[in-house]
Amino acid sequence: MDWVAIVAGILVIGGAFLAMIGTYGTLRLPDLYTRLHAASVTDTLATFMVLAGLAIPSLVAGEWLIAVKLLFILIFLWFTSPIASYALGHAAFFAAQKPKLDHDLTDGEGGMT
Amino acid sequence: MIFAIGALGLLVAMLLAIIRALLGPTLLDRVMAVNMFGTKTVLLLAVLGYLGGRPEFLDLALVYALINFIGTIAVLKYFRYRDLGQSRVRS
Amino acid sequence: MVRALGLLVFLAATWLLLSGIYDHSLLYWLGAASCLLCVFIARRMDVVDHEGAPLELGWRIIVYWPWLFVEIVKANIDVIGRLLHPTPNISPTLVRSKTLQRTDLGRVIYANSITLTPGTLSIDVDDEKGILIHALSRDGAEGVLTDDMNRRCAALESDKLHARAQKDMTS
Repeated sequence: MDWVAIVAGILVIGGAFLAMIGTYGTLRLPDLYTRLHAASVTDTLATFMVLAGLAIPSLVAGEWLIAVKLLFILIFLWFTSPIASYALGHAAFFAAQKPKLDHDLTDGEGGMT
Repeated sequence: MIFAIGALGLLVAMLLAIIRALLGPTLLDRVMAVNMFGTKTVLLLAVLGYLGGRPEFLDLALVYALINFIGTIAVLKYFRYRDLGQSRVRS
Repeated sequence: MVRALGLLVFLAATWLLLSGIYDHSLLYWLGAASCLLCVFIARRMDVVDHEGAPLELGWRIIVYWPWLFVEIVKANIDVIGRLLHPTPNISPTLVRSKTLQRTDLGRVIYANSITLTPGTLSIDVDDEKGILIHALSRDGAEGVLTDDMNRRCAALESDKLHARAQKDMTS
């Protein structure tokens, strides 16, 4: 086990673990909006860790084209996931599916009295 | 070995995402679960490419990321307008 | 025209990096043809403007991304801590953030940055009322209200971009 395999292993397994936590969070949380927060954990850091863990051995082996492809996947996912989340939140909010709130710092737009 | 453990972890996460999709309760929860499942499929494809020593899988992952995004947006658009050909958003 | 050229260079670079096969001249021709076709279609669709190919952002966005990355990592750690709490440690909060950006592009970058940071989710973008944000915790909502990210996104917009946006809007 050289250091490359160790770092890559920590990143990939850590990323998979974060993906599990994020999805587990969507099972625990009460409504769609809070679940979207948990889902965005898997979309951001878990994705980054898995892809970085895969890119490191390739970079060390000099296969930089593969690392570039991984970077493309990462950039693509990071550009699209907020748009999908926004579309989901927007659709839910305007389908009159109001969030369960503890605090409403707006002028009662959340439907809380 | 390491990549196999990673792939297994992703598979467990995908199983949890399927449970969320089955539990619902609303349509949007299911769409979210499917979107999440798709993100993990992309990661799993990338890891599988390394596991089998076939970097071509990365191209599949890239294309799957695209399909997943377009699919989510298309379902949401259909949910809102009942028509995929709507070209302007009416507010 | 400069934008179309920039798009062409970007597409050609993408094609070369994704292809990985450099010893067949036929593939080069096919690649060049598909890049040109894409630029042609993009121009016909009228999406090669300051929003479709935002060259004006330039180096500012390169400085912004690392900062955003650090924010994302911090927010991730916070959200994971809340999720793993025996009872999910959340207090969902709804908040409005007045946008400081002058162009739609800046507002989109701000709204997407908010959504990309776990713990905050933009729900609705309105020119006058600002962005409606759902936060997982009261702390997260108050973090949004400090306007740190808002100011940084506003600083991304150069005067050139603003002028360009005005010109594209009237034409």
